Amino acid sequence: MFGPTLVIGNDILDIGTSKFDNERDQRAIGGGAMIPRFAFGEPGQFDVPNVADPAHFCRNNFASACGNSDANQTVKFAKGTTTLAFKFDGGIIVSVDSRSTMGAYIASGTVKKVIEINPFLLGTMAGGAADCSFWERNLGMQCRLYELRNKKRITVAAASRLLANTMSSYRGYGLSMGTMITGWDETGPQLYYVDDDGTRLHGRYFSVGSGSTYAYGVLDTYYRKDLTVDEAIDLGKRAIYHACHRDAMSGSINNLYHVTKDGWVKIHAIDVNDMHYEYLEDKKNAMASS
Amino acid sequence: MDTVFGISYDGGGACICGLPVVVLATDQVNARSILMYQQNLDKIAQLSSHSAMGVSGPNCDLVNFSEYISKNLKLYELSNDGRKLSTHAQANFCRGELAKALRKGPFQVNVILGGYDDMNPRGGSLYVMDYLGSCTKAKYGAQGYASNFCLSIMDRDWGEGMDEDMAVKLVEKCIRELEMRFLINQKNFIIKVIDKGGMRTLKFGADPADN
Repeated sequence: MFGPTLVIGNDILDIGTSKFDNERDQRAIGGGAMIPRFAFGEPGQFDVPNVADPAHFCRNNFASACGNSDANQTVKFAKGTTTLAFKFDGGIIVSVDSRSTMGAYIASGTVKKVIEINPFLLGTMAGGAADCSFWERNLGMQCRLYELRNKKRITVAAASRLLANTMSSYRGYGLSMGTMITGWDETGPQLYYVDDDGTRLHGRYFSVGSGSTYAYGVLDTYYRKDLTVDEAIDLGKRAIYHACHRDAMSGSINNLYHVTKDGWVKIHAIDVNDMHYEYLEDKKNAMASS
Repeated sequence: MDTVFGISYDGGGACICGLPVVVLATDQVNARSILMYQQNLDKIAQLSSHSAMGVSGPNCDLVNFSEYISKNLKLYELSNDGRKLSTHAQANFCRGELAKALRKGPFQVNVILGGYDDMNPRGGSLYVMDYLGSCTKAKYGAQGYASNFCLSIMDRDWGEGMDEDMAVKLVEKCIRELEMRFLINQKNFIIKVIDKGGMRTLKFGADPADN
């Protein structure tokens, strides 16, 4: 039997870690260098460690701080996020939290987890912040070059494929990234999920990060294709709120974007703590009136 | 964790003078850790008008491999006046590419490839391949965890002279067994048939185009 074994354990949704363990199990130590199959354009080239077996080196020196394989690595990734995006009749909603944790410490509560690739493309950030922002910036560059070469905007399908190709060429090097690429192109609203092991999925709605199970719970229950824009914004907001409530590694501010044929607009940035008391009040009132 | 089935049959109306025809079926699920991300995927890639392969493995390898193979076969057609490779040749090309990739970051994919050759008096044929590059011609096969449950059902029920209805029923028997005994929830399956008329999608649990 090959491929990832079924692990139901505590590395739940920890982008990067599970793949790490799998690759380690499969690859013999020093089993030949895996050389990336793609070049990334000379100026922006991404260097790999200058050692005999870069993949092996990365595996021993980078690992997740919240995975169970946290041994003696020099560099530890710290992560924990809830992000979601969904398509509906009125466009696309992208909604994220803004907490950044390093183990038990909240490093920041004002992280911009929606990356504005260009006026028509948004990317979300889950997993390693550095990997996400670096590679989505790199994607922005590739998309701009495409625009200049072809005199038209890149489709979301093509843009997400560029990112997926980058991810699959660095597979096994310990990148940590779970992202949704959304936007509006000539084919209408589009939503893709791309992650660090090169997976690329086309779908109606996705949620990524440690709080994604909670967000999926709300999303799966209340999602409809024919939501009005206001209902959709409320759903995006609530799904993030409930994830932040249950997931210790998600929280702070909810940033929400709406994508239409004219590009994206930022709708709001609301503290989930304020939301909590607002929803509590709503629930109380609803109980009283019924 | 993926499931792929392939069954050939040589009876019934679709099979002219007893030439076998092929059914392929795969699950439609993509999952990671404890979360199921999608259940309307199409893991059966069309290679030419009369051939396709069901692929199992990580999404990345699955997409990269099936596109690499299908586009190379298309290129062969374009550069050889539309001449198609036989199913046998396609299977061996696939096998070769799997073996080539094995020592340099392998494609972690297991494949069941089926096709129908108009020129070939044998008609339809089915090949079972694993990621190490071994390839065998078979009457029927299953890949993934499902093979533990379903190969015995196929051994029990497969027979010469089966028609399309019986073959599809056999696939559905296998799917029902997975529903009953298999830990992982594979809600949807897609079933495709390859015969003299080319490839057609017989049924699916969820429409792959619906997203």
